[in-house]
Amino acid sequence: MKRYDAIIIGAGHNGLTNAAYLAKAGLDVLVVEKNDYIGGAAVSRELHEGWTYSNCSYVCSLMRQAIHRDLDLSRHGLILVPYLGSVNYDDVGNTLIAYNSEEAAYLELKRHSKHDADSMFRFQADLTRYARLIRKTLLRTPPDPTSFRRRDIHELLFLAKQFWSLGEKEIYEYVRFFTLSAVDFLEDYFENELIKQSKASSGIIGTALGVYSPGSSYILLHHVMGDVDGSIGAWGLARGGMGAISKAIASAFQSFGGEIRTNAGVEQILVEGNKVVGVALENGDEIRARVVVSNLDAKRTFTQIMDEKDLPPGIYDKAKNFKIRGSSGKVNIALSALPKFSNVPDNAYVNRGGLELTGSLETMERAYDCWKRGRFSDDPYVEGVIPSAWDPTVAPPGKHWMSNFIQYCPAELADGPWTEEKRNLFGQTVVDKIARYCPGFKDLIVHMEVRTPHEIEEEIGLTEGNIFQGELTIDQLFFNRPFPGYAQYRMPLKHMYMCGSSTHPGGGVSSACGANAAREILIDLKRPNSVPVDDFYDE
Amino acid sequence: MTSTMSDYDFSSERPKPSHFQQRQDELNIHDAWSSWNGYKFAEYFYDVEFEYFCVRNTCGTYDICPMQKYHITGADAEKMLDRMVTRDVTKIRTNRASYVVWCNDEGRLIDDGTIFKLGDDHFILNCGSPCSAWLDKSAFGFHDITIDDKTDDVAAMALQGPTSCAVLKSMGLENIESAKPFSINFFDFQNARLMVSRTGFTGDLGYELWIDHNLAIPLWDAVYKAGHDLGIHPYGDQATNMLRLEAGFIMPGYEFNEALKTVHFEHDQTPFELNLGWLVDFKKPHFNGRRALFDEKKRGPRYTLTKLDIEGNKPAEGSFLYSNKRCTEEIGYVTSGMWSPAAKANIALAMIETKYLEGEIWSEIYYEKELRQYSKVARCTIKHEPFWSPARTRATPAADF
Repeated sequence: MKRYDAIIIGAGHNGLTNAAYLAKAGLDVLVVEKNDYIGGAAVSRELHEGWTYSNCSYVCSLMRQAIHRDLDLSRHGLILVPYLGSVNYDDVGNTLIAYNSEEAAYLELKRHSKHDADSMFRFQADLTRYARLIRKTLLRTPPDPTSFRRRDIHELLFLAKQFWSLGEKEIYEYVRFFTLSAVDFLEDYFENELIKQSKASSGIIGTALGVYSPGSSYILLHHVMGDVDGSIGAWGLARGGMGAISKAIASAFQSFGGEIRTNAGVEQILVEGNKVVGVALENGDEIRARVVVSNLDAKRTFTQIMDEKDLPPGIYDKAKNFKIRGSSGKVNIALSALPKFSNVPDNAYVNRGGLELTGSLETMERAYDCWKRGRFSDDPYVEGVIPSAWDPTVAPPGKHWMSNFIQYCPAELADGPWTEEKRNLFGQTVVDKIARYCPGFKDLIVHMEVRTPHEIEEEIGLTEGNIFQGELTIDQLFFNRPFPGYAQYRMPLKHMYMCGSSTHPGGGVSSACGANAAREILIDLKRPNSVPVDDFYDE
Repeated sequence: MTSTMSDYDFSSERPKPSHFQQRQDELNIHDAWSSWNGYKFAEYFYDVEFEYFCVRNTCGTYDICPMQKYHITGADAEKMLDRMVTRDVTKIRTNRASYVVWCNDEGRLIDDGTIFKLGDDHFILNCGSPCSAWLDKSAFGFHDITIDDKTDDVAAMALQGPTSCAVLKSMGLENIESAKPFSINFFDFQNARLMVSRTGFTGDLGYELWIDHNLAIPLWDAVYKAGHDLGIHPYGDQATNMLRLEAGFIMPGYEFNEALKTVHFEHDQTPFELNLGWLVDFKKPHFNGRRALFDEKKRGPRYTLTKLDIEGNKPAEGSFLYSNKRCTEEIGYVTSGMWSPAAKANIALAMIETKYLEGEIWSEIYYEKELRQYSKVARCTIKHEPFWSPARTRATPAADF
């Protein structure tokens, strides 16, 4: 029977990226995927004729341009279109518009607070400084701080050098930054509530933390450190939906001779002695390979498709206790026309980016309280975006669809398991909230896809539907991700690796996890490196 | 004093309004204007990158009223044009457009443009700069020929991008999707003749629309009504420069210096240097610059315009090129450079001494960071295909998006 060089479990964007780099280095690579479609959480599916949703992830900013460029993803059909015109809505009818033009943006801030308009310059400069440093680590393997290997020492020195170049004051600021809450961080700059909440909302997305919880300040940074074509903090849409990213990477992978098998869920990772030797599929097939790479999250990998007996003591517990709490839902709504929102100018530029129904800091914190008590938020933070306002390929002309990301929605409810009725109620809550800002919204609805963490786990396989494959708190970041001692993509058994967002640098559709893992695998297999250096931020 | 100033309206110095000015004024909310051939012309309308992406993702319109439009008619029209340009004009079929260049006696490029053949004795020459004097000179010896400058009488716009065909379909232009690249088609528009050519300067699916100037605003309104749900947006000079560079198209003032305006010896270019040798047809009878070009072809051009992919992301605008990393041997210069958002690459067009094309190419790039100047040396890789060239550009029938 054929033995592959590598099997990758899961055709999400990181799995495909990993596979593409291994195949590019000349290896014989197979990707197995449980669904009959590829993409994992970077997926676009037509559930209602004429409308293509980005069912899970919906916007893009962290995608490593070095990878996009190196794999020539544009030629494989990927085009990322930056969006603009985001609006923040509070509870009492005020709106804050993020204009692309610096002058217009300043005047809009000044309308709310002269102090904050001026303070925004310092805020942006500080944030850019933090972002620049973190971004340099994205396409690098985290060093092991306890190791004395040359490579680890080299990486540690690289980091130290980056830190020192910031100056003494910034080193203190940095440490504060990782432990602060989003609101505490923002208090230093802003006085206006709407301006504060417009920034604080980034600190809770996908995370079981509130805007006042320590650690949410890093999540905020994680959401603003990306860029589109060098414009830091910008977000973009993939033409054709997020699935276009996975499809382009898959196409690049196949151009290197790679093979993808769908409807091929893995039952078990096969272990002989202390070595991983292949996978057993749900249909009973066994496939062997020199290395096995799991693109599933850390918890699922070690507790679902591995036998406890095969694992060294401790790792199972680490996986079981891996913080991967589900906290978000997704409601995709097909619309018969472009919805018109209250209190914003009706033109072709405004409301085309994020529609941020942030309410107030208090509203967001109360929404978190619901989650803590095992309920979905009755007045949630909704981040909407209308991809069809940009993308002609995802809805018929004149028709639209709105992607809504909902914070918070628990994976497990206090009053028993998720049911269809409860899910519908969750969807209704979201629609009611949107309709408060958009009279007539309900009349436009053609079709809805409501996804709680339960559906996301069932369909995509993300434990608890956690969008980052594990929370982005400092205990689970960098050389602690997924577990201390296992941050270099090699897992405790020989020939086994991980390449999903459970590994450094975490979630956000960056392709970096998959590429970093490929670099490590190629070192072990004594193959020349095929992964590019992120040369974008070295100047 | 102030009254004497205000009495005078400076009309002789102000840029002329374009035939579409009324609508463009409404949409150019940042008042970002420059001028082209004396016409008021938008640098951009809302945001350069936004407009650029409209053309790559939906569609955009570009004002080509300032482009020069010469109607050349008469029994000698074809012969005259055939003697003037380097391409074989007799091969152009009726209702077809053709990209052409023309040269002086030394084979140096005067300008490029398009020839539209509307009939055996009716041609249109469209080009960026005025060239009445050269046309008159080129008509020397021909008698049955009329050259008519229609620039001010025709309103024209480019409609470019993946949804451009869908916009025209929605406007009611029947069967437009089956129009082939470089075809010219006619439609009735408010009892006048609307000419639509499948041509453009963006490397994407696109068309150019031509109509009597009195119908400029009605045409604009009809196009924008049809494009409302198809992402239509005007784009200006800056986005155009990005789009054409990705397509690998040359631009006067960047890749070539018009020969008739060139002071310094050989600071103009030949078609072979510009990698446009495919436009030079030695099989046809004598044409302007033939002997010089024939010699150059045998000899090989001193420079060759080359597409470069440059490492890093710093645009190589104005860079010198070298044959080694230490930058000791200069071999050429970058003519246009930018970060390409669609190709996700640091792209450039460059004039490189032909004999160095086989070796390494390094670019010394200068850039500024918060008032301080930096430089870096980056490796360049030659690309033989345009940086952006989707299949939809050439596909017939044209797709809806």
